[in-house]
Amino acid sequence: MLRFVVRRAAEAVPLLFVVSLLVFGLIHAVPGGPLSLYLENPNVRPEDIERLRRAMGLDQPLVVQYWSWFTSFVRGDWGYSYADGRAVSTRMIERIPATLQLVGVSTIAAVVVSLLTALLSVRRTHIDHVSSVLAVAGISLPVFWLGLVLQLLFSNWLGWLPSSGRTSFGDGSLSDRALHLVMPAAVLAVAHWAGWMLYLRGSLRAAMATPLPRAARARGIGEVRILLHHALRLSLLPFVTVVLLDASIMASGAVVTESVFAWPGIGSLFTEALAKRDYAVLMAFLMCSSMAVIALSFLADVVVRALDPRTRSLE
Amino acid sequence: MNVGLREQITRRPTGAAVALAALLLLLVCAVGAPIVAPYAADALDLAHRRAAPSWSHWFGTDELGRDLLTRVLYGARISLAIGLLSATVSAFIGVVVGATAGYAGRWMDAILMRFTEAMLSVPRLPLLMIAAAVFAPGVPALILLVGVLGWMETARVMRSEVQSLRARDFVSAARAGGATSVRIVLRHILPGVLPSAAVAITLAVGRGILLESAMSFFGVGVQPPTASWGNMLYQAQSTMSSEPWLGVFPGAFIFVTVLCCNIAGNGLSRDRRSAPAARAPSQNMSR
Repeated sequence: MLRFVVRRAAEAVPLLFVVSLLVFGLIHAVPGGPLSLYLENPNVRPEDIERLRRAMGLDQPLVVQYWSWFTSFVRGDWGYSYADGRAVSTRMIERIPATLQLVGVSTIAAVVVSLLTALLSVRRTHIDHVSSVLAVAGISLPVFWLGLVLQLLFSNWLGWLPSSGRTSFGDGSLSDRALHLVMPAAVLAVAHWAGWMLYLRGSLRAAMATPLPRAARARGIGEVRILLHHALRLSLLPFVTVVLLDASIMASGAVVTESVFAWPGIGSLFTEALAKRDYAVLMAFLMCSSMAVIALSFLADVVVRALDPRTRSLE
Repeated sequence: MNVGLREQITRRPTGAAVALAALLLLLVCAVGAPIVAPYAADALDLAHRRAAPSWSHWFGTDELGRDLLTRVLYGARISLAIGLLSATVSAFIGVVVGATAGYAGRWMDAILMRFTEAMLSVPRLPLLMIAAAVFAPGVPALILLVGVLGWMETARVMRSEVQSLRARDFVSAARAGGATSVRIVLRHILPGVLPSAAVAITLAVGRGILLESAMSFFGVGVQPPTASWGNMLYQAQSTMSSEPWLGVFPGAFIFVTVLCCNIAGNGLSRDRRSAPAARAPSQNMSR
């Protein structure tokens, strides 16, 4: 087990390295480099740009720049936001609670609903038809459009829910916060439910097609118990892996959902930084979200390994 | 067992066939937009600005009095072109990478798949949005960008399909007959993976349209005055409460088109045996 963990961790390191090269290469492919924004601004003099360039080390060879950026990134020094001069890490950390709240609530909701719908659709054909159609629709939905339409419906026409933000101005009560959370969490949950339900449904059906349920049936075990104790047991681990991987992508904030609902999380920090071409924030964002994906896929592998004896016999 | 594409479509007139027919109809309307559209591409009707849907303007008009149905049809040209062509680009890269990794195996496989994994671990939409902000691409460059960042799923499917075909007897027979690796891959293996490639491409078309519209929705994709469904939504979002039709219709077209691609792709793959490891779970790309 320990050997597996070490080997798997060793595999993650070069992955991180390749990702960092991709991210760095992308940002430095900008014509004019990361300071291109100032080049367009007539109020910034050429000598100021030259001074900034030297101060930020942009006159160094690319390899040197890459190495100093990478080593300071690893040390936790992510540079300063071009937009307001504050440390990038501070700006990102203050957005984490909002993102965790939104992602947490919507993930729990989506997991519960996909478990229920997938289990029911294996048992009942008409539920299967309806939920499969809805799920395929769910993976096809432009989330920003769904958000706009829901805002129109529930905020502008019905007036039931606030259209955006995390709290009303001057109101921080629990009910106010909860009302603000409803729409963004629902939109995100629908987007995830669709993919997760289709996946779990597929693997449950595959499990039901193995000889295991037939053997259980021959021993007189009830259908519900077969589904929950035999089929679900087979499908649960791959499902957990998928959920963990998807949640890791969400750890970077649901960019679209947060922006549409002006939810003050990491995702909307990203779109704000994008509008201002705030490259220090953009680079840190890409690195953090890729690291989250790599870390959680590592975690998922280790968890599956620990819980599922079958994977260990392959050693 | 392995049913041909044509047979599958004719035998199963529901689902996939309906979706393909709808896509085809939309494609014809988009190509024939100058004939089909009720108004000229940029005709202004200043007397009926911001008009709600009516018999003369089915989808209403925008703030310049342009007919929205006409704009949606012209936008379809851009959105469909990006979806179809970016899928072609990513299919090409994906087939080359996947077939090489699957056939060559060993260190080649390890390197290519590790690279694929690295590409998959960077969140795609933010990466595309940054790249688009950096390069400020026109439509052709945008197609290339979406395609170049979208080949990973195809590569994984192709790799596992090629791996399973490589072990079959007819491949050994060809090798015994003295065929070169290139010839074996091109003549004996690739024809066998074409149905899976078709499924992967169909799904990639939908993904491409969804990604383009999300990018344009944030103002970094297709730039006005060129209309795409995504940037029509971008322009509509600030007036959503007073002129909802400007956002509702383009978004509905994105939704239905992507839905048709996904139904068609799933329908085509349903009867085929497919290696479960290669079937990555479908995800909504526009979160």
